[in-house]
Amino acid sequence: MAATFFGEVVKAPCRAGTEEEEEEDDEGRRETPEDREVRRQLAKKREVRLLQGQTKTSLEVPLLEKYPCSKFIIAIGSNAVAFLSSFVMNSGVWEEVGCTKLWNEWCRTTDTVHLSPTEAFCVFYRLKSNPSIFLCQCSCYVAEDQQYQWLEKVFGSCPRKNMQITILTCRHITEYKTPEAPSSLPSPFLKALKTQTYKDAVCCSLLEQPNIAHDLPAAVLSYCQVWKIPAVLYLCYTDVMQLDLVTVEAFKPALSSRSLAGLAKNIPQSTEMLKRLMTTSEIQSNIYT
Amino acid sequence: MFVPCTDSAPDLTGCTLLMPAVSVGNVGQLAMDLIISTLNMCKIGYFYTDCLVPMVGNNPYATAEENSAELSINTEVYSLPSRKLVALQLRSIFIKYKSKSFCEKLLAWVKSSGFSRVIVLSSSHSYHRNDLQLRSAPFRYLLTPSMQKSVQNKMKNLNWQEMEKSPCIPEMKDSELCIRIPGGGITKTLYDESCSKGIQMAVLLKFASEGDNIPDAIGLVEYLNEWLQITKPCSDSKPSTLPWKFPSSWRLLFGSGLPPALF
Repeated sequence: MAATFFGEVVKAPCRAGTEEEEEEDDEGRRETPEDREVRRQLAKKREVRLLQGQTKTSLEVPLLEKYPCSKFIIAIGSNAVAFLSSFVMNSGVWEEVGCTKLWNEWCRTTDTVHLSPTEAFCVFYRLKSNPSIFLCQCSCYVAEDQQYQWLEKVFGSCPRKNMQITILTCRHITEYKTPEAPSSLPSPFLKALKTQTYKDAVCCSLLEQPNIAHDLPAAVLSYCQVWKIPAVLYLCYTDVMQLDLVTVEAFKPALSSRSLAGLAKNIPQSTEMLKRLMTTSEIQSNIYT
Repeated sequence: MFVPCTDSAPDLTGCTLLMPAVSVGNVGQLAMDLIISTLNMCKIGYFYTDCLVPMVGNNPYATAEENSAELSINTEVYSLPSRKLVALQLRSIFIKYKSKSFCEKLLAWVKSSGFSRVIVLSSSHSYHRNDLQLRSAPFRYLLTPSMQKSVQNKMKNLNWQEMEKSPCIPEMKDSELCIRIPGGGITKTLYDESCSKGIQMAVLLKFASEGDNIPDAIGLVEYLNEWLQITKPCSDSKPSTLPWKFPSSWRLLFGSGLPPALF
C-alpha cells in the first residue's frame, strides 16, 4: 500500500510477485473438489502436445530422443522465423518432422489436429541432405507454465552434450538497459549470450549486465547451461516487433557463425524472398485510403 | 534437483544453507546478492526445477572483463568452504501453483545433502505492522523447534525480537493466534514444513515496502551478521564505510539513462 500525493491510498504492485502466493494459500484452504477439477481441466487444456510431421499423431517420445541431432537452430518470434525462412530454409530442402501444439491466452487455436504451416506454432524441420541438422520455427508465445513442458517434449530428460544449439529471437529496445538513453542507440542491434561449453566465436558482442533474457529462449539456454550443452542465443533488440525488413536483416551477422555457416547459400535470392515475405504480410488497405 | 557445475558433486554435509524467500521488495534476494558478492562465493551448481520463471544473463557478480561472460540462470548455488556456508540464490518469481512443489523439492534436497541448518532471509509488508511493531526495530526472527534448542539463547543475548503471532482471521475478535508473514512469499510454507520435518531453520525478516530496497537489504545482512559474523566489522574505518560489496548487476536498477532532450 502506498499513499499518493493527493492522500489516496493505493495498492502498489509487489515486484516479488507475492500477491498470488497469498491468494494461493487462501485458495488452498477453501479449494473444493470442483475447484480442483476446474484447475485440472485448465492444466490439460494448456498441455503442450508434440505431433508427428506426416501423420499429425502424438509423438510419445521427446523429439530429440527419436531423432539424432548434431545442430539445432531455433527461431522464436516472427522476425527470427522470417530470417530462417528466407536465408536458411530457402537454401536447402527441409522436411517437416513434427510440431508442438499448445493453447494459452496469447495464441488460441481451434481444437484441430491438422494444422497448416501458417497456423502451426512451433514446427520442426530436418535437413534432407544432413538429417542430424534440425530447425524449429516458433511463431507463438509459449507461456511460462508451458516452457518447461516444451523443453521436456523436445529435449527429453536425457540431455545430449554432442549437439550445438542456436537460438534467434527479438526483444524490444526499451528492455535494453544502458547508461545512455535508449533513443540514442542504433536500433536494431544484435547481442549474444552463450553457455559455458560453447567455445566458438560469437558474431556480435555479449549481452552486458544487468540485461537478461527470459521466456522460451531463456528456458532453452538455461537447460543447455545446466546440462553443459554448447548453445548460443542471438538477441536482436529492435523498436519494431512486427515483421520488419531491417530487423530481420539485423540477424545476418549470425550467418557467419559456425552453427549457421554452410546453411545459407544464396544470399541475394534470400533477400529477394524476404522482400516478398514482407510485401505479402503488409496491410493492403486502411480506412484512410 | 541440484546439478553440480563439475562432474563430482560437492560434499555439503554440515554446512549452513543461506537462502532468500522471494518476498516484498525482493529484500531477501538483494541480501543474498550482497553476501555472495562480498564473500566472493564461488558457484558450485544449479537447483534446476520447473518451478521458477526462466531467465538468463551474464555473471551478475562480474568484477572484470575476464569473468563477465559466465552465464547465470534463475537458481544457482554458491559456496564458501572456509566458513561452511552455502548460498542458494533465486532470481525470478514462482510459476503459478508451483511454490509448494518448490518447497518440497528444496527441503528434500536439504535433508539429503545433510545441511546442518537453513537460514531464510525474507521480508514482510511494512503496512501490516501493528502499533507495537511500528514502534520497534523492523527486524524479526523465527526458529523451528529443533533450532530453538541450539540458538534461542544467542537470540536472547542479541536482544532480538521474535516474530509475533497475530489473529489468524483479523476480522474476528476471538480468532486463534498464528504466525502470519504477509508479503513473505514461501517463507511461511518453508517454516511450517521445516517444523513438521524437524529441519533446523531460522527465518530472519525485515518489514519493508516496495521501492529502493537496497537499504533494506543492507539492514537485513547486518542483522544476519550480528549473529553469524560473516564479515568482521571494520573498527578502524569511518562510520559511513560499508563492508558490503554491491554486485555489478545492481547498476541501472531503475532503468536506462534519460534522453537529454527531456531537459
